[in-house]
Amino acid sequence: MPRIYKALMSALFLFWANLISAQSVEMADGLRSDGKIYVVVLVLLIIFIGVVVYLFSIDKKVSKLEEKVK
Amino acid sequence: MAKNWWKIAGILLVAYSIVGGFLIPVPEMPILNETIRNTYFHIPMWFAMMALLTYSLFNSIKFLSGFDLSLDNKADQSVQVSLFLGALGLLTGMLWAQFTWGSFWTNDVKLNGTAISLLTYFAYVILRGSIEDENRKAKVAAVYNIFAWVMMIVFIMVIPRMTDSLHPGNGGNPAFGSYDMDNTMRAVFYPAVVGWILIGAWITNLKIRIKNIENKQNYA
Repeated sequence: MPRIYKALMSALFLFWANLISAQSVEMADGLRSDGKIYVVVLVLLIIFIGVVVYLFSIDKKVSKLEEKVK
Repeated sequence: MAKNWWKIAGILLVAYSIVGGFLIPVPEMPILNETIRNTYFHIPMWFAMMALLTYSLFNSIKFLSGFDLSLDNKADQSVQVSLFLGALGLLTGMLWAQFTWGSFWTNDVKLNGTAISLLTYFAYVILRGSIEDENRKAKVAAVYNIFAWVMMIVFIMVIPRMTDSLHPGNGGNPAFGSYDMDNTMRAVFYPAVVGWILIGAWITNLKIRIKNIENKQNYA
């Protein structure tokens, strides 16, 4: 089991090293593999979902008011 | 929930563009580097703005054949939301320009063109505020809106194509050609555009309904 684990890790590392070394133009590929870019994506998603939930709650309130005024 | 499908669609498309926009590989270009990903967030603002302004134009034209004030309300609210989206587009564009073109504001035709169009629509809002009588206000605003829309198209879509511009797709060549975007980028970009148009439409829809309630309360 540990050997498989080791092999897997080294394969992953090779993949990652390959990603970095293959670039001539500087890109954030390293960032994406281990630079925690996923955290940024999640933060943005949380903000976006928050805004959307807020929009839905306004939507509901407006619907209620429409019922009242009708 | 059945009639809310387009709101859900907008949310899913934008959410997809956030995830895909950060994680899917993009073409490697000098100067642009990773900022090419701004394409997924900056440009949809302009598309959503133009979609809403076009919606506003249709409502203004419809208003002029029948003088139904609720149509004027739709035109008014969509101009307001589109101004908000345009301001976001301008701000994000300025930030992007600072780090690629080296200045927050260049004398690029497209920048000045969009600034003029935004000012034209600010004038629409001011014009509305300056007329007391509801019916007169609606009529003058509707006519002005047609003029403003034509100006916006001329300044954003026509003039930038006739001269040189830092923006891709200007100075003769069609926008979004193979030099600017590859197919993986399109797979994120177009969903983002549709998604943001739908989100913009949703906010506009809310504003229209709130204004309708206010009007009913005022005249009840």
